[in-house]
Amino acid sequence: MALTLPELPYGRSDLEPHMSRETLDYHYAKHHKAYVDNGNKLIAGTEFENMDLDDLVKKSSGKIFNNAAQVWNHNFFWNCLTPESKAPSKKLVTALIKQFGGVDDFKKLFTEVALGTFGSGWAWLVLNADGSLAITSTTGAGNPLTDGQKPLLTCDVWEHAYYVDYRNARPTYLEHFWALVNWQFVEKNLG
Amino acid sequence: MKHVLPDLPYAVDALEPHIDQRTMKLHHDMHHASYVKALNKALEEAPELQSQTAEWLLMNLNEVPEAIRTAVRNNAGGHVNHGMFWRSMDASGGGFPSGPLLAAIDRDFSGYENFKAEFEKAGTKLFGSGWAWLVVDKRGNDKLQILATSGHDNPLSSGYHPLLLNDVWEHAYYLKHENRRPEYLKNWWAITNWPEVEQRYQQFQQQEPAQSSKTPPPKIDADLKQALHETAQEQIHEVMTKREASKLVVKEKSVTSGKSHSVNGKSG
Repeated sequence: MALTLPELPYGRSDLEPHMSRETLDYHYAKHHKAYVDNGNKLIAGTEFENMDLDDLVKKSSGKIFNNAAQVWNHNFFWNCLTPESKAPSKKLVTALIKQFGGVDDFKKLFTEVALGTFGSGWAWLVLNADGSLAITSTTGAGNPLTDGQKPLLTCDVWEHAYYVDYRNARPTYLEHFWALVNWQFVEKNLG
Repeated sequence: MKHVLPDLPYAVDALEPHIDQRTMKLHHDMHHASYVKALNKALEEAPELQSQTAEWLLMNLNEVPEAIRTAVRNNAGGHVNHGMFWRSMDASGGGFPSGPLLAAIDRDFSGYENFKAEFEKAGTKLFGSGWAWLVVDKRGNDKLQILATSGHDNPLSSGYHPLLLNDVWEHAYYLKHENRRPEYLKNWWAITNWPEVEQRYQQFQQQEPAQSSKTPPPKIDADLKQALHETAQEQIHEVMTKREASKLVVKEKSVTSGKSHSVNGKSG
C-alpha cells in the first residue's frame, strides 16, 4: 500500500495566529510530503510495499522506518490540532485527573517532556497496555507503537515545526500548541 | 571555573550572504548561549569537574556522575561544537585546503571534490539534528574520515580528532534555506576557513607523533562508540532513540517533580 499525503483537516491559514500558513506550507507540503515520497521510493519492490502504515512502523527499521514513521507521526499530529479547540470532555478529564492529578498538571508535565526532548523529536501522551496513561518522548521519527503503546496526542518538536514562527523559543511554541489541541481527537483515541 | 560563551570571531553579519545575520545572531546569542548556561547548571552538581575544560568532559564522559552525564554530553557538546563551528568559517574563507591537509584529503578521499561530495552526503543523510565531521581516526593509521553524529555528540568522546564540522541542526539553516539542507551544505564551502582546519591538522600531527607511543583512547560508552565507529546514520539514530526514549518516559507525576540525584553531594 503506497504511502499517501492526506489532506489537512483544515485550511493552511486556519491555525493562525498560533501556527502560520508559512509553517504549514513547509511543514505539511514540503517536509511531510518528502517523507511520503521518500518512503514510497524506499518500499517499492520490498516486503514492506503492501503493508499498512501501522505495520510498516512496527516492522521496519533504518531509513524505511524513519520515513514511514514520520508519515505516521505527521498524519497524527495534524489531527491533534484544530482551529476550534474545545475543552476536553468529562471522560478525558477524569482519565487525566486519575493519572496526572488534573488537566493542568498533565499539560505541565507534557510541556516539560516536550521541552526536555533534546534535538529533533516528538512528545506523546500514550495509553499503555495496562490501561494507564503515560507521557513519553521519542527522538527523530520514534513512535510509541514500537513500544506497544497507543498514541493519544503528540507534539512535534523538530525545529522545523516552530522555527519559522517562534525561532528558538520552543516554550512559546508549546504555549500556542495548547491553544490548538483537538481534545475530541484525543478522546477518540482513548476509546 | 564557569564556562563562558565565546564572542564570534567576526561581526554578526560578516558571513552574509552565506549565513544571514538573523540566523547568526540567534544561533550564537541564543542557541550556543543556552548550552553554556545548561552546562554550568549541570556542573553545579559536580564541583570536582568545574575546573575541567568542556573538551576534557567530552573525552571523559565516564568520569561524569551518571545523574548529569546526559546533560553534560549534550551541553558540553553543544558548547564545544559551536565554538569550533564559528572558527571553521570566515568571510575570507572558501578556496581549497593546502599542504599536508590537502595531501591527506587526496590520499583518503581520492581528491578534494570527492571529499566535498562525501561530506555533503553525510550531512544530508543524517536524520534529524546533528553534525557532519571531518576527523582523524587515531586508531586507524591517522586516516581522515567523515562522520555524522546525532544531537551534539562530538567525536572526541570516541577517540577521534575533529578537524572540521558543519551544523545540520535545522536552526543552522532553516531561516535561509528552509527544508533544503543539501543547498545549505553545498553553499557552505564558500566560507569554510581552511587555514584554521589546516592548523588543527598540524596541531594533531605535532601532538601525536607516533602511533606506538599514543595514550589509549578514552574509555567511552560502548553503544556510542559502536554507533560512531560504523558511521551509519540509522544505527546512530537507533541508539539515540532507545536511550532518549528510555530516559524520558514519565509515568507518574512525581518523576518530573524536579528532584535531582546528586551523586557526589553538594559542597558546603
